[in-house]
Amino acid sequence: MSMNNQGRPTGIQNSDSAVPETVTGNRGLQIEEPLIFEQDSGGRCGVDLPEVPAVASRLGAVKPRGRIGLPGLAEPQVVRHYTRLSQKNYAIDSGLYPLGSCTMKHNPRLNEKMARLPGFADVHPLQPESTVQGALELMAELGRWLATLTGMAAVTLAPAAGAHGEMCGIMAIRSAHDAKGDKGRTKILVPESAHGTNPATAAACGYAVEAIPATEDGRVDLEALKAKLGPDVAGLMLTNPNTCGLFERDIITIAEAVHAAGAYFYCDGANFNAIVGRVRPADLGIDVMHINLHKTFSTPHGGGGPGSGPVVFAESLAPFVPVPYVVQDKDGAFRLVEQAGDGPAFGRMKAFHGQMGMFVRALAYMMSHGADGLRQVANDAVLNANYLLARLQDVMTPSFAGPCMHECLFDDRFLKGTGVTTLDIAKALIDEGFHPMTMYFPLVVHGALLIEPTETESKASLDQFVTALRALAERAKSGDVAYFQGAPRLTPRRRLDETAAARKPVLRWSPAVEPETVAAE
Amino acid sequence: MRYLPLTEADRRSMLEAIGVPSVDELFRDVPEAARLSGPIKGLSNHMGELEVDRALSAMAGKNLPAGSVPSFLGAGAYRHHIPATVDHLVQRGEFLTAYTPYQPEVSQGTLQVLFEFQTQVSLLTGMDVANASMYDGATACAEAVMMANRVTRRKKAVLSGGLHPHYRDTTTTDARFIGFETVVMPPAPTGGEDLLAEVDGDTSCVVVQNPDVFGHVRDYTELGKACQAKGALLIVVVTEAVSLGLLTPPGDMGADIVAAEGQSLGNALNFGGPYVGLFAVKEKLVRQMPGRLCGQTVDADGRRGFVLTLSTREQHIRREKATSNICTNSGLCALAFSIHLSLLGEEGFTRLAEINHAKAVQLADKLAAVKGVEIVNGSFFNEFTVKLPKPAAAVVEALAQRGILGGVPASRLFGGGLDDLLIVAATETNTESDMDAFATALAEVL
Repeated sequence: MSMNNQGRPTGIQNSDSAVPETVTGNRGLQIEEPLIFEQDSGGRCGVDLPEVPAVASRLGAVKPRGRIGLPGLAEPQVVRHYTRLSQKNYAIDSGLYPLGSCTMKHNPRLNEKMARLPGFADVHPLQPESTVQGALELMAELGRWLATLTGMAAVTLAPAAGAHGEMCGIMAIRSAHDAKGDKGRTKILVPESAHGTNPATAAACGYAVEAIPATEDGRVDLEALKAKLGPDVAGLMLTNPNTCGLFERDIITIAEAVHAAGAYFYCDGANFNAIVGRVRPADLGIDVMHINLHKTFSTPHGGGGPGSGPVVFAESLAPFVPVPYVVQDKDGAFRLVEQAGDGPAFGRMKAFHGQMGMFVRALAYMMSHGADGLRQVANDAVLNANYLLARLQDVMTPSFAGPCMHECLFDDRFLKGTGVTTLDIAKALIDEGFHPMTMYFPLVVHGALLIEPTETESKASLDQFVTALRALAERAKSGDVAYFQGAPRLTPRRRLDETAAARKPVLRWSPAVEPETVAAE
Repeated sequence: MRYLPLTEADRRSMLEAIGVPSVDELFRDVPEAARLSGPIKGLSNHMGELEVDRALSAMAGKNLPAGSVPSFLGAGAYRHHIPATVDHLVQRGEFLTAYTPYQPEVSQGTLQVLFEFQTQVSLLTGMDVANASMYDGATACAEAVMMANRVTRRKKAVLSGGLHPHYRDTTTTDARFIGFETVVMPPAPTGGEDLLAEVDGDTSCVVVQNPDVFGHVRDYTELGKACQAKGALLIVVVTEAVSLGLLTPPGDMGADIVAAEGQSLGNALNFGGPYVGLFAVKEKLVRQMPGRLCGQTVDADGRRGFVLTLSTREQHIRREKATSNICTNSGLCALAFSIHLSLLGEEGFTRLAEINHAKAVQLADKLAAVKGVEIVNGSFFNEFTVKLPKPAAAVVEALAQRGILGGVPASRLFGGGLDDLLIVAATETNTESDMDAFATALAEVL
């Protein structure tokens, strides 16, 4: 055995690799972390605050509240708590995150820096307009980029996320029909492959939802669509590229048919990343479309938001853009229009003017790429997805023939008879160090696996993913069901019991019953 | 381009593996008429970090940061001190660049944060259960009304005149398109209102705000009881979450649903967004709630863990029958809220609330001493309304010229009317000399 001269061993003596049971339950870098409520030891505080100035209370008749029940911790304890929790997360920063339809691309840190400039982050939404000209200019400039990239006439930046943008678009369609006095349109057509938010949005706006079937090749069934179009249809909500990762070849014909029926064409822009800089949605006959800044324009997903869902409008719907919006006066000054007044504009849809923090990030991203770079974004996103499709199609079962756009869809036919499910494949991928693809969506194929690599993955990263997925597909076919059903094994937690969670929901921590109380009975 | 890892050689070999001669071939399903042959005109080409930084910093430089001058703006967005730790932790890539925790085994960090957030919101509001966040307070308010309509199977909401006009308008927008009725009470900056007189057998809910948009603090306990007797729900809106450190929580006043804005904790002003909507309900209403919910469970080895749960309420399962169309919410803002509250703890949060109230009392005394200024409120937390001898909008503009951000004219919020009313807030960030500067400048411009 080799040792240094203090007796410290420097070589390896024992190569037993069995994972031990530890005393603490911790496993090296994976540290167990109790709830913050279980770490209170009274009276500590992670913020030093001054004494309360002595004044006579002006709270009125309301009684001051009693104890809230928050735990007290010092700053280092809080830092450690959240750091340890963060280490239980997979993230884009850690590796490939091919969650189809979510566009999990790299989030540049320049964008974070820009959003934190005091001139953007420390500005109150109701400051006098003369003190926020730069903020209004930024909104106008972002709007100009979005309108130019889509070829559209008008933009609202107000919606807080994609689904909120959908709501905005459907409201604009309704406003346009109302303005014409056309009250007979009670239906919105939505393809079967649509995101769940589409039918939810249409229904929330009071429309009946009619599903349009897909054809054998994964596109909207044009004949079925035409058969459903009529004077009772307010609009069509279509995702393009669609959720099967395919471009709707007939889209111009679809748009013409929708318009001929007096309806409007809403496009769900969740998948705009595939075509940004290469195709302007206005050229496809689309009347209104939302754009997820947290997808195409790389604002961070943040563990589930915040997002931002600006909506672009063609001339046909431009008069109905909701408040608030920015206008520029002849003297060059920017102004916010905050009240809908008696005009055709509706609104508002949320407090203040939209997700400013996301606007700054998105514009920083657009300016970084430029018109030339954004086109390359679409090229590489589509290239990466087609590369995965090509490398996996012999061991997995692609649902439709390529080329695909920014994502490729497989179904579970390749698992038939193996006893292994789509869910099992996903969980086994986790042990291989990848975030799984989107599972069981879209609903138009059985056991869907929807893979969206995005343009920010290297070829080496894709090749490693292919190697892992090919090996798992082979392993599934070899009949090793137990391996899959036990996966994942290398994560902070193994498979979680979702049924138990839903049957008897525990949705918050509650203090344990005091033992004294029990003893007193 | 620095964000794109593929080399030209990679691209060539990948095209070869796919079996197409060029990337254009992959776009062959795009109708020819819509194919663009080169970069879109009218936009700049790519830029380095330095150039982007320079351009955006120039834009930022045209704004007046609230922290650079004495600032007294509130009305739904409040400038508080955010400990440095908060922004450091939310920028950890594992939080920042993850998405909705669809795969719980690799998302226990986000899920435990949400479980703790739900607990914190429940405790603060005095309610049984909270969800994992909404877009903001205004959309939370509108969703609360729609939830009340579902629960009661009634279609009329009564909105207090003390409700923030943006919250009111967000709700009436939904009312118009979704198809329910709203009774909007006129603003009552000085006095009370008889909300109960508007409640009848069709009323699903009464929406009040505490403190209200003019700053008045009210006890809604009796209103809650009266609503219950008439089968309507009481929805309490809170726009200043710090007030919950001092005031009777809505749950103790009999609120059925609380819709609140959580920006005050952990989140910068950001010119109005992103913020974080808080949404809490009584236990019996949980299955009618919108939005994501995190629940506790066990894993295959019997260890405690967390998952998204009750998703049969949600759009990705229920589609057109969902309780809401919300998908992405305000995860990272909720995290910031949660970290800030964890740092404050019981003692810090309570004291922060006390300081805010005391600062507002000090400011009210100083402004009341200015000739022609009248404090409208009999009660307030950290925000109150003053009556001026001149239109408030012009006064605010004149104050801005003197480097003071002196409050929000009620006319800006209400779109006209109430011209002489100015809504003023004070927080722990305001020093006595800020307040003196404000009072002095106000005396000068009146």
